[in-house]
Amino acid sequence: MNTPVKKLRVATTSLAGCFGCHMSFLDIDERLLALVELIEFDRSPLTDIKTCGPCDIGIIEGGLCNAENVHVLREFRANCTTLIALGACAINGGLPAQRNHLALTTILEEVYHAQHGLVDGFIPNDPELPLPLNQVHPIHEVVKIDYFIPGCPPSADAIWKVLTDLLAGREPELGHGLIHYD
Amino acid sequence: MTQSNSFILDGATIPYTNEQTIIQAAMAAGVYIPHLCYNPEFKPHGSCKLCTVKIKGRQVASCTEKPQAGMVVESNTKELNDERRNLLQMLFVEGNHFCPSCEKSGDCQLQATAYELDMMSPHFDHFYPDRPVDASHPDYLLDFNRCILCSICVSASRDVDGKNVFALAGRGINSHLVVNSKSGDLADTGFSANDKAAQVCPVGVILKKRVGFAIPIGERSFDEKPISATPHPTVKGA
Repeated sequence: MNTPVKKLRVATTSLAGCFGCHMSFLDIDERLLALVELIEFDRSPLTDIKTCGPCDIGIIEGGLCNAENVHVLREFRANCTTLIALGACAINGGLPAQRNHLALTTILEEVYHAQHGLVDGFIPNDPELPLPLNQVHPIHEVVKIDYFIPGCPPSADAIWKVLTDLLAGREPELGHGLIHYD
Repeated sequence: MTQSNSFILDGATIPYTNEQTIIQAAMAAGVYIPHLCYNPEFKPHGSCKLCTVKIKGRQVASCTEKPQAGMVVESNTKELNDERRNLLQMLFVEGNHFCPSCEKSGDCQLQATAYELDMMSPHFDHFYPDRPVDASHPDYLLDFNRCILCSICVSASRDVDGKNVFALAGRGINSHLVVNSKSGDLADTGFSANDKAAQVCPVGVILKKRVGFAIPIGERSFDEKPISATPHPTVKGA
């Protein structure tokens, strides 16, 4: 009788990202069927599990734009043996980091007060809301990241290559055509 | 008088002439040595240090060093490529290099060189400097966020166009590209679309207006072939 192979546990999350990297992950299409034979999901938008348990691989999309992002990132680092930064925003802040040369107060004023068409707006201050960081940061500036998959988004082939390399115990390698920053 | 001779680069015999530097002889033989501030059309600047090679245990810039007969030169080694990758990572965090929104993406030598050297992350903490763009000129845009201080535009404008439109100012970490006009604006210089300086930027600083993203992904300079297989990259759409 065949002993079932122990599946690797994988968690994924999107911090200051647009879920484009998750969409690209789903773009591995029918290869998902082969993948679910090898892995099972923990916390992920795909399972809607809200906290991360002990995992073999954590995949992080997006950078850090608020305190909750930092909390989730640390939760992933504490629970995942291997942590992967997925996509441009996780790697260099990406589009959200375009605000970094502006003062946070200026941005909040503009968005909630000053912008044309706003009347008596106020800056949301519910204690439930995570506080924005002064600047958006990539995740390697806060925790150790084991592997990076660049791209906006990384192609499904690039994600597939890194995952299959890791599952096979190889050092992931992308090479020409798969490594892209755009 | 030109005298032919040869040196050894990573085990291969490379012929050279007395006028050639190591990188020139290597490029002529079809061997790629990573570089950014070197452009075959201009006098070497020797500043980016990407083209550093090792000769008898000493590191030298191959764009300025002349070969000697029988000289043994190391270039494509793990040690040198690791250091080159570090230089690239420092360039990436020092400026604002957001490839997805850059018109030069796919045609950018900084990006293509980083691909070539398997740069998977910027590794260091980002500076996120505040560098306003100069959109004053009717035909060209200057996005200083992407400047790597290669100074090729400085040479082109000074030596070919005879206009001295660009210069590097400041020292050390404060070095930056400036425009030589009283206002500091490109519009107040004699810069024009026909200038050599308009065509030489290896990254996305000097950009022609109204032609951005004209070449689709898949057909850009480095989509098909890596920079190592494109020894004299010319910029599409420049």
